Amino acid sequence: MNRRFLRSPKVRKVLAATAGILLFGGLSGCATTAGHPKDPLESFNRAMFAVNEGLDVVIKPVAKGYDEVMPSPVKAGVGNFFGNIGDAWISINNLLQGKPVDACSDVARVLVNSTFGVAGLFDVATDFGLEKHAEDFGQTLAVWGVGDGPYFFWPVIGPRTMRDTFGWAIDSYVDPVWNIDQVDVRNTLAGVRFIDVRASLLPADKVIEEAAFDKYDYIRNAYLQNRRSVIHDGNPPRLEDDE
Amino acid sequence: MMVIRLDLKMMNKGVDRMLFACLKTVSTVVKSLFAIFAGLVLFCSSALAQAEAPDVMVKRVTEDVLSIVRQDKDIQSGNTKKVLELVEAKVLPNFNFQRMTALAMGRDWKKASAEQKKQLVDEFKTLLVRTYSNALTGYKNQTVRYKPFKMQDGADDVVVKTEVVQSGSKPIQLDYSLEKRSDGWKVYDVIVAGVSLVTNYRDTFNQEVRTNGVDGLIQMLASKNKQLESAKK
Repeated sequence: MNRRFLRSPKVRKVLAATAGILLFGGLSGCATTAGHPKDPLESFNRAMFAVNEGLDVVIKPVAKGYDEVMPSPVKAGVGNFFGNIGDAWISINNLLQGKPVDACSDVARVLVNSTFGVAGLFDVATDFGLEKHAEDFGQTLAVWGVGDGPYFFWPVIGPRTMRDTFGWAIDSYVDPVWNIDQVDVRNTLAGVRFIDVRASLLPADKVIEEAAFDKYDYIRNAYLQNRRSVIHDGNPPRLEDDE
Repeated sequence: MMVIRLDLKMMNKGVDRMLFACLKTVSTVVKSLFAIFAGLVLFCSSALAQAEAPDVMVKRVTEDVLSIVRQDKDIQSGNTKKVLELVEAKVLPNFNFQRMTALAMGRDWKKASAEQKKQLVDEFKTLLVRTYSNALTGYKNQTVRYKPFKMQDGADDVVVKTEVVQSGSKPIQLDYSLEKRSDGWKVYDVIVAGVSLVTNYRDTFNQEVRTNGVDGLIQMLASKNKQLESAKK
């Protein structure tokens, strides 16, 4: 299993890309002056951020249209459906993080929602008291002691630390949607999920637009704070206030 | 007769004087009673305010605000003025904006003079209230769940954890940091999904103070507020 995993062309690509990023990060890290300590590649990242803002000019109206046209129950169903697909991998990550109780609860969620919840369209498990968790491989790596590494802003994917970029690559590799053989089904599902996620972020857009002095900076800080929180399952140790 | 009349007059005068003295005493007693009572009222209310635990306060204010928003169609359709009025009346008295500003600025807070601090607090308060009050206009049947809260005896700095529950999506964690002041518990940080709305500004603020000084930061906040206000009109 292990050897097959490492020999697969997909994994090789991921590993090669990661190595490339590491090398690139190491090289350009030397050239920067005092900025955010976690963001040595700020100029590269700001360029990618600009690219993403450009892409969003097209994506956002689609998400808005989806948000306006689809009735709320449909949107909830779409979110639940993909949430249910994700719960299986979440349970494995909970196990890898040494949380067997949470892992079992996630397994129960998948079983309950796939049957009583009509293929995951309804999240009846939450009503049964089985709460949804948010875990990914980046968090698992963090629990294992892997540090953040430099911060990146990727086109389409958005903000990720070095570690979470690698984690994201693993998450995508095992993602059931990306493993569907029928290309048209796979692409449709991935597309719908992408737009659904973007639509769910619409309310936050306005707040960020108004609250931020520098959107790039605001998102970077929010991302790093949020990751710190989810890695500790919502109870991060308190930082010194240095007031 | 003359003598008696005189005596009566004198007696009258004496009675008058006695009555007057009596009344005076009564009035002083009543006055001081009033003062004592007023003092008692103040004492009791402050004791009550202190007696309200931080989690109880968070719950009371949240439910208060939500019950108003639920009934107010104007707020739901995005009437900014009404939202601001509601927030100003119900929410702001429970916040400590000086502490919030200090927390957002970090080490730079000490660099500001008393006058600058006042301006900074004013501007930062305006910004926070304007930007985040609008979140209330996006209200769609969410409910708030209050997580179990335990406080150690004599604690003066606590976190009250809540969750915004919305059908069909993952609950959003919403935590409040509170500190005990002489006039009760005051919120000094709001943390949404692990992101502090206050410290999220620290890098930006530090950067501005580094390049343009404390006055530069005041300027930056003020012009942002002006821009937001003119955009609303």
